[in-house]
Amino acid sequence: MQLTAQAGTVSAAPRAKSLWWRDVIGIVSIIALGAAGYWLFPDNLALLTRIIAVALLVLSIDLIVGYCGVATLGQAALFGAGAYAAGIACVNGVTEPMTLLAIGAAAGAAAGLVMGTIMLRAHGLAQLVLSIAIVQLFHEAANKASAITGGSDGLAGLMVSPLFGIFEFDLWGKTAYIMGLALLLIVFVALKFIVASPFGMLCRGIKQDPVRIRAMGAFVFPVLLKMFAISGAVAGMGGALAAISTQVVGLDSVSFELSANALVMLVLGGLGTLYGALIGTVIFMGFEHVVSAINPFHWMTMVGALLIAVVLAAPGGLSSLVEKVSGSRGGKA
Amino acid sequence: MQTVLSIATDALAFGMVLFIICIGLSLTMGLMRVVNLAHGAFAMIAGYIASYAARDLGLGYAVAIFLAIVGTIIISIPLERFLYRRIYGSPELTQVLMTIGITFCVIGITNYFFGPTLKTIPLPQALSQPVDIGFRTIAAHRLFVIACGAVVAGGLWYLIERTSFGIKLRATVDNAAMSDALGVRTQVVYAVSFAIAIGLAALGGVVGAEFLPIEPYYALRYMVMFLVVVSVGGAGSILGAVIACLVLGLVDTTGRYLMPEFGNFFFYAAVILIVCLFPRGFLGRAQ
Repeated sequence: MQLTAQAGTVSAAPRAKSLWWRDVIGIVSIIALGAAGYWLFPDNLALLTRIIAVALLVLSIDLIVGYCGVATLGQAALFGAGAYAAGIACVNGVTEPMTLLAIGAAAGAAAGLVMGTIMLRAHGLAQLVLSIAIVQLFHEAANKASAITGGSDGLAGLMVSPLFGIFEFDLWGKTAYIMGLALLLIVFVALKFIVASPFGMLCRGIKQDPVRIRAMGAFVFPVLLKMFAISGAVAGMGGALAAISTQVVGLDSVSFELSANALVMLVLGGLGTLYGALIGTVIFMGFEHVVSAINPFHWMTMVGALLIAVVLAAPGGLSSLVEKVSGSRGGKA
Repeated sequence: MQTVLSIATDALAFGMVLFIICIGLSLTMGLMRVVNLAHGAFAMIAGYIASYAARDLGLGYAVAIFLAIVGTIIISIPLERFLYRRIYGSPELTQVLMTIGITFCVIGITNYFFGPTLKTIPLPQALSQPVDIGFRTIAAHRLFVIACGAVVAGGLWYLIERTSFGIKLRATVDNAAMSDALGVRTQVVYAVSFAIAIGLAALGGVVGAEFLPIEPYYALRYMVMFLVVVSVGGAGSILGAVIACLVLGLVDTTGRYLMPEFGNFFFYAAVILIVCLFPRGFLGRAQ
């Protein structure tokens, strides 16, 4: 018994090392791509910042769908909670950007707790429907409370004070982009640690077999609820970043469409890998920017065809294709 | 009292439209275990065919309905054969994605051919005039819709409970592998019930065009509503779908009458409440 356990640790060690190297390479390439975006598209920094904000949303969906196996079509509720919380705080005089991000994260986490408490009561289809109903309720509430949220006109006129008192949020969005990129990196590294921790392992175990995890003595509901809170914080930060960079919070940030699109991005990139979430977001939004400028309806046809193709040809998403081609599979990270 | 009866008749008509469209989805989800989010897209296709037949070709309303149903089923056959058959038995997420993809394609293609404007289906004289039903006058079309709903519910009940096809259908729902072994041709049962489901969606899309106007975003806009109705009713249950449609139709219509500024707020609040109380829907089977 002891022998096999030892053999296990011995064989696990080099794999962990190679994964560690892979992560360093991955993070370096994110920085490199981010910097490349900054130098190559100086006129489109607003779009790039938007991509980062949505990438945070997609990462948060990945935590729930990819790591916990809870299907959701309502994640934009958490994104919108963060965006509106940051926006309302900003209008009421809290203009320090770091504080706004923290407010967004806290609001997202709180919304995540509420959403998780409701959604985890059901399973399968009912769960999916609950998530849709929740995001629609948030949407109607934001629309209705127009005294606070601006209703369908959106919450405009956010005047954010300079970052650290030095870097102004200028018209070109340089400060917002760099702040967003830094935020994305910090969140990404933090999530890497979280999903590799025993807690992340437990979540993946629940995804595969909740009954067995329960039989082993772990409590399923609190673990999933914790992941919902973390996911909400990430999505809320994304929302706050979007609010800070565009200085407007619109109703579309709590829409079913945004939730569905974000889920599509995740599946395109690949479920259950953090890189997949980033790859999917960049490819989807890049294409959208190009094609929908020509005709938004062509874009819908293309997304539809792309979705069907991914489901039929590459159920694991694009990142699984990359792994297949490179042949260096070291287990799902 | 007047208001209550008014709301009740409108809610009944709206609920029946929901029922005719959703019962097909309920069948596909209960029987084939496919979460077909593209169901609304088929209703929309039918609406376009009917609109084209009645408005541009000048055919009668009944002919337009017939053409719409047949045309939509013909369009759905290759989709069933090449796309849906691959996702029978897949995880829900896969099915959701595939069918959202089909919905997006349908929206894009429809818009390319017909443009983004609203399409109307002209009603015949007999259905467009008001009828006095005692406490108020109501458009004859609404009575027609209610009658259609009642006929569909009765017909399906007869089909499923009293015919030999219904027996095979129920056997396949309960245990597909076992009924296959007993000589039921489950593939045929699947194909026929898929066609029935699509046909009902088509019928609902055409007769319900007054409530749910035909435009390219139809498929996406009401997709959520259809899905909600089915999961509230419990997939695969006719009676459950009837109850769900009436309850949700009532909640939605009442909300719109009394507090129009709240929009869909009450609808979704009711949905959350119901799903929390009945996680499998009103009359869903334990899986």
